[in-house]
Amino acid sequence: MAINLKELSKQGDFLTSGHRACAGCGPAIALRQALLAAGKDTVVANATGCMEVVTTIFPYTAWKVPWIHSLFENAAATISGVEAAYKALKRKGKISKDINFIAFGGDGGTYDIGLQALSGTMERGHNILYICYDNEAYMNTGIQRSGATPYGAHTTTSPAGKKIPGKTQWRKDLTEIIAAHDIPYVAQATISEWRDYMGKVQKALSIKGPKFINVLAPCQLGWYYKSEDTIKIANLAFRTRFWPLYEVENGVHRITKEPKKAVPVEEWLKLQGRFRHLFKDENRKIIEKIQKRVDERWKRLKALEEAGL
Amino acid sequence: MRKVMIGNHALSYGAKLSRARVIAAYPITPQTDVVELLSEMCANGELDAKFIKVESEHSAMAASVGASATGVRTFTATSSQGLALMHEVLHWAVGARTPVVMGNINRALGPPWSIWTEQNDSLSQRDTGWMQVYAQNNQEVLDSVIQAYKVAEEVQLPAMVVLAAFVLSHTSEAVEIPEQEKVDEFLPAYQPRYKIDPEEPHAFGGLTDPNGYFELRYQIQKAMEGAISRWEEVGEEFGDVFGRKYGLVETYKVSDAKKLIISSATLASTARTAIDDLRKRGEKVGLLRIRVFRPFPSEKVKSVLRSIDRAMVIDRNISFGASGIFYQEVKAACYNEENMPPIFGIITGLGGRDVRKEDIIQMYEDVMKRDKPKSDIIWKGVRV
Repeated sequence: MAINLKELSKQGDFLTSGHRACAGCGPAIALRQALLAAGKDTVVANATGCMEVVTTIFPYTAWKVPWIHSLFENAAATISGVEAAYKALKRKGKISKDINFIAFGGDGGTYDIGLQALSGTMERGHNILYICYDNEAYMNTGIQRSGATPYGAHTTTSPAGKKIPGKTQWRKDLTEIIAAHDIPYVAQATISEWRDYMGKVQKALSIKGPKFINVLAPCQLGWYYKSEDTIKIANLAFRTRFWPLYEVENGVHRITKEPKKAVPVEEWLKLQGRFRHLFKDENRKIIEKIQKRVDERWKRLKALEEAGL
Repeated sequence: MRKVMIGNHALSYGAKLSRARVIAAYPITPQTDVVELLSEMCANGELDAKFIKVESEHSAMAASVGASATGVRTFTATSSQGLALMHEVLHWAVGARTPVVMGNINRALGPPWSIWTEQNDSLSQRDTGWMQVYAQNNQEVLDSVIQAYKVAEEVQLPAMVVLAAFVLSHTSEAVEIPEQEKVDEFLPAYQPRYKIDPEEPHAFGGLTDPNGYFELRYQIQKAMEGAISRWEEVGEEFGDVFGRKYGLVETYKVSDAKKLIISSATLASTARTAIDDLRKRGEKVGLLRIRVFRPFPSEKVKSVLRSIDRAMVIDRNISFGASGIFYQEVKAACYNEENMPPIFGIITGLGGRDVRKEDIIQMYEDVMKRDKPKSDIIWKGVRV
């Protein structure tokens, strides 16, 4: 199915409006776009987190597809149980349809506490798609640092203080960690580049076996920016090359969308309150350090692509 | 067909005969034979199930909940540390009302590291809302799995079939394997009330505020209360079909008994032989074996105790800072009743230390000459 607005507008949403997410919530957009791409015959498992909370409160639900929440660290294991049960039902002739199995987890539930269950599910080869909506911190519990929080960012547990200027560790490269599982499809995407993202969701769902998409989904509350800027900030993450859009299909890296000219990472950082302290004179060197890292990572990705690796 | 098998394989046969369709399990000593045999059965095509070889017990239970919520009969097995790791998801399986059946091999928890039997692993899960059955032999292990599915699917609560490490798990006994056709008739295919289905989408496990949560908890307790009579009826019905009757409790020589030994699992089997010896000496002693621990069969326990002068509970477990756990439960059931006998609590055999018939006779002689319990614990067999 081609990704075009005309077609999509006819389809209707599988995540309804009226849920309780903040205005300008990036993850809610990430979910909505994924479901638009996936369609009706989809089952969703959701890790504990903002998206679980804001789409529920019994007896309401914002989901028009079957949805199961279990715990924080086990969305991948839960969906693997659901998928196995469907296989068993299919074998018995109780169902005939092909169903999409999607697990959604935030970065806390994916990079950190859920990494073991995710790794196991990928290794076992379940026919599922895991989408990590990465908003770079534990937002549901009030903005604590995670393995996905970028270097220098202020969070409530990596506060920018007089002595320590925010987070002093680099973020984990989860996309590459999952790619190292040698699964058929891994990709990185962001919500502003919706055609790229939704195309990846559709491509992933057309492939048998375990798939993983890491979608950067800005959080206005935790990144401290104006709620109307979500898409702009997602787009800048892409254009600064902080968040490259690429896929790893059968082990081969391919950049799916490239910014024509790289914007300095500073342009992305300066819109976000979580990096405000980096613009003090004494912290300027941190911005340079981040830029250097972004350039190195980009070079590495380009080299992988060019080498056909 | 009769076959000599270890207790672990009795669990596997129970799952096979119940036609479990998804099995999710992680290996741990002394449970491994359960999953090895089930893997073989799947590999040979004798069992048509999807076997998920998960990367932890936490994921074993998570996958089980996911599969069960999809409307498929689901089995898992674990022991000790594995059960402890599952703890968070055990609560979830109950709240989600998924009738998963699990075998648990009673093994002591570390440290110090131990692989031998003790009941603290399963009894630590007492308040999760899992039903628990303690088996005394391998036949009962197999039969209890089938019964557990029947009760669990009716009351929508998960159930644990518990057996002693090595004493049952690795001990061979002759076991009658029921005919598949009869099992199918006794336990028809699972018909879930709700399931994960794109044709009829539901949301499972969402946030629930104080307006809704309380009632859902109330319903779990009501389901447990309803399960008391179901275990009894299903045990009777099983007897009618297969010739082996089961109940919430088992009594032995209690009709004229004035003294009573109360225990569970294989300790109760040993106590039975001790009672035979004591009876020969003219002691009017009987046995109450508690088979179903959750839901707790309070009425059954009280009805036996009413005609007794003195009772002792033998526990292979301890709630540190309190006493033996079966002892607590028995005492609590009797507290508001008139004319109840003094009840003595014995703790023995922790970490798999052997408890022989002679030990139980010696406990009996010691306890029965005491007037009334001076404390909640009488230690037996500990070197201090």
